[in-house]
Amino acid sequence: MRDAVSRFVHDGDTVVIEGFTHLICFAAGHEIIRQRRRDLTLARLTPDLIYDQMIAAGCARKLVFSWAGNPGVGSLHAFRRAVEGKPAGGGLEIEEYSHFGMVARFSAGAARLPFWPLRNYMGTDLPAANPRIRTVACPYTGESLATVPALNPSVTIVHAQRADAAGNTQMWGLVGVQKEAAFASERVIVVVEDLVQEAVIRSDPNRTVIPGMIVSAVVVEPWGAHPSYAQGYYDRDNDFYVAWEGISRDRDRLERYLEEFVYGVPDRAGYMEKQPQLAVRLKAKERLSGGVNYGF
Amino acid sequence: MAAVAARELRDGEVVFVGIGLPNLACNLARATHAPNLVLIYESGAVGASPSRLPVSIGDPALVTGSLMVCGMADVFQLFLQNGRIEVGFLGGAQVDRYGNINTTVIGSYERPAVRLPGSGGAAEIAVHARRTLIVAKLNPRAFPEQVDFVTSPGQGRGGRGRRELGMPGAGPVKVITDKGILEADPTTGEMVLAALYPGVTADDVQAGVGWPLSRRPRLADVAPPTETELRLLRDVLDPKKLYLKG
Repeated sequence: MRDAVSRFVHDGDTVVIEGFTHLICFAAGHEIIRQRRRDLTLARLTPDLIYDQMIAAGCARKLVFSWAGNPGVGSLHAFRRAVEGKPAGGGLEIEEYSHFGMVARFSAGAARLPFWPLRNYMGTDLPAANPRIRTVACPYTGESLATVPALNPSVTIVHAQRADAAGNTQMWGLVGVQKEAAFASERVIVVVEDLVQEAVIRSDPNRTVIPGMIVSAVVVEPWGAHPSYAQGYYDRDNDFYVAWEGISRDRDRLERYLEEFVYGVPDRAGYMEKQPQLAVRLKAKERLSGGVNYGF
Repeated sequence: MAAVAARELRDGEVVFVGIGLPNLACNLARATHAPNLVLIYESGAVGASPSRLPVSIGDPALVTGSLMVCGMADVFQLFLQNGRIEVGFLGGAQVDRYGNINTTVIGSYERPAVRLPGSGGAAEIAVHARRTLIVAKLNPRAFPEQVDFVTSPGQGRGGRGRRELGMPGAGPVKVITDKGILEADPTTGEMVLAALYPGVTADDVQAGVGWPLSRRPRLADVAPPTETELRLLRDVLDPKKLYLKG
């Protein structure tokens, strides 16, 4: 992880750590904090706790997002402190869409188109708040459609259950917008629970979401998504999401959290050694799917 | 509120489920009168059948045993924009006279007094779902005459109709509160008082609303939760009281 972040994540980059609730790579976010990257434009649909931590650690210049809350709990307080009562452009710069808008931005980026049309935003104040949400007249029907600009990140980081050494990556469970974000990106870092042989990938090709040809680095980092989760590996740590409310509300507690669990550990293995009860509490139960016949 | 919201769902409907109370209401409906309700979550779970109450919209229990799991581009393009969603459930920090919802900022956008999470999928659900139901607790600050910011469009502001603006869905048809139900007037789009909970007066509802609330000539009575509904909510669906707080 240290090498991948050092080589592929630079100051000033647009960084996307995607994953909708599921497979959010906290291990990568923590390594970016440890390497003290600065002036990043952080983009993802739901900034979640990981971007709240990166904002608190001073990594972010700008946030591009569509829902900035603590899912099922409440607020992201480092984010709120950075924007409440501040004039636009001061504090943290923000660029805001809806989920569909962000998904459409990644779709345009992945298809290497300049924008994506969608039937949306009529009657809302979102285009007034974000002038990059515009409209176009359909050349066939004349209908006015909303447009959002392509998002092409410098680097996208995706967590997954498994990949081979060439970066052919398989995931299951909620797959969010990772495929589009990865294809839209200049560089892609894949972080996996398990490194497997190419034959394992080839035995179930429909499960491959990201092909090795677009991957810059593969990192093996078990438990790298905690407190997010990996289906079939470990459950979401809702207790930590609830605890974040209190930690993030208090600037000093948040600072102590970063000292202890981010700066104070060398890597994800160190983070897990500090909290041996996590693996016991969150380990997934078995619920295997039936295999299918790929023969012909 | 959860029981009242659940009754609004018809068996076999396709519902776009938000987290919190709507989630509880949908799972209650499935356990009672609407076993064939199809739950779609913006996270990509289609036909979800969660064995525990999901604590977030991306809970792993939504995946296990669901009919389909797809990417979010598919959720928004192939299901929502395609017109497959019959009911959308929305909540919000502010709901106004025309059912516009604000989940973005209190105060000005440029210099917010309180920064809320933002749209998520709410803006597009309000545009596309064939009808939407709003669930919110009454309080004059939560029900102002006009929201500070329109995140999710209601029945039009300044008289411009939804159809004229090109919105496929009917928008918010009902607001389910903790004291009664408001319904959109078919001509004006204004939210008017339509039904009362047992023991509640129209004045009690007005006290929680920041505009002069019109009333239907005849107000319906909302039946209290049945014993079955209460048992399911308290013992089966939300035993840890994740959503049944107040």
